[in-house]
Amino acid sequence: MIPAAFEYHRPSTLQDALALLGRLGDEAKVLAGGQSLIPLMKLRLASPRHVVDLNRISGLGSIAERDGALVIGALVRESELEASELVRHRFPILADACRVIADPLVRNLATVGGNLAHGDPANDHPAVMLALGAEVVAVGPQGARRIPVAELFTGPLETALRSGEILTEIHVPLPPPRSGGAYLKLERKVGDFATAAVGVQITLAGGDACARAGIGLTNVGPTPIKARRAEALLKGRRLDDAAIREAAETAAGESDPSEDLRGSVAYKRDLVRVLTARALRRALERAAH
Amino acid sequence: MRVAVTINGERREADVEPRLLLVHLIREVFRLTGTHIGCDTSHCGACTVLLDGRPVKSCTVFAVQADGRTVLTVEGLEQNGQLHPVQESFVQEHGLQCGYCTPGMLMTSYAYLQDHPRPSEDEIRHAISGNLCRCTGYVNIVKAIQHAAAKLAAPAS
Repeated sequence: MIPAAFEYHRPSTLQDALALLGRLGDEAKVLAGGQSLIPLMKLRLASPRHVVDLNRISGLGSIAERDGALVIGALVRESELEASELVRHRFPILADACRVIADPLVRNLATVGGNLAHGDPANDHPAVMLALGAEVVAVGPQGARRIPVAELFTGPLETALRSGEILTEIHVPLPPPRSGGAYLKLERKVGDFATAAVGVQITLAGGDACARAGIGLTNVGPTPIKARRAEALLKGRRLDDAAIREAAETAAGESDPSEDLRGSVAYKRDLVRVLTARALRRALERAAH
Repeated sequence: MRVAVTINGERREADVEPRLLLVHLIREVFRLTGTHIGCDTSHCGACTVLLDGRPVKSCTVFAVQADGRTVLTVEGLEQNGQLHPVQESFVQEHGLQCGYCTPGMLMTSYAYLQDHPRPSEDEIRHAISGNLCRCTGYVNIVKAIQHAAAKLAAPAS
């Protein structure tokens, strides 16, 4: 289908982009990878009067270690994140997620920032960033502020980003030693959204007890879900079969899936239970190395 | 809006609405109909072209985004009347039936083999997972890409 007509703007600096968004307000949508926006526009589920293309703005496309964190520019393409040696070595959970986002073609354009800013519970990075305890940087007319990802998702396709703000960076704390993570996604076919997916990032303390657990759930609720109760019950515990089983059941209870062509509520809840257990085991394996 | 695109090595310009999709610029304005439209939902990959060297779904890019950039379509694979080894391999290994997905398969595999000259079968299957085929069951497509990899790796005879 053909999108509705719009005016196209291509600012070359972040300041210009912010000025444009300030002027255009709700009539404007930001274009990064376009791999979520353009399909919506083709279906006319989104018909913004103005499109602000961020792709010519420099400085938003790097992946680097800085001040104890992995700093990912919002315009980093998923394929670039996937190929990054730094990501593969230090953040296997991120590497897991990149490989299952859409397909390789989409990943050449889709951006990490867009995957978060879109606010879609079906996107994969939200659950991973929840598990990792990441923060995003939002820049607006008043300057920059940090938003913990745990506070970013406020409703279906809604985020805490204010009108006129642009997500510019994602900061992921470098995991301490004896940390491991995994992202497991069940999809009907490559390119599909998750029937359900679970991201887990853990850090083990001295005696093999769990010092910290982050658990994020994809596409089993109106927003990406942080399984806080499951996380809390793992803290200070050894990750034996009983603990894993309990955490998995709790995480399933924290999900709020809807029935659709991918499955029933009961099926999806049970998937959360199974995937959480598997992801915990995989994270544990990786933490032990 | 005026856009200038270097397509298959040639600089071409056009006046377009911002909402014109890159695939429509290629097919209807530039009359290069080798790039196909197979779905409408950004799934099938029949519209795959190279944008600044990277394979993308041209139905999910606005033409205006390609302004000042380079596009390679399936028509650009042939050089001086010679088919590219990837194309020859698809012929040799019967890597197509109806041919609808084929331009997309060719563009994706052309780009992929440039960075991954010795892929395993598994890696090939993952690389083309954004290109859907309804005819072949992918078997001969994979063989064609393996054949092309070998051809490209072999010293010219």
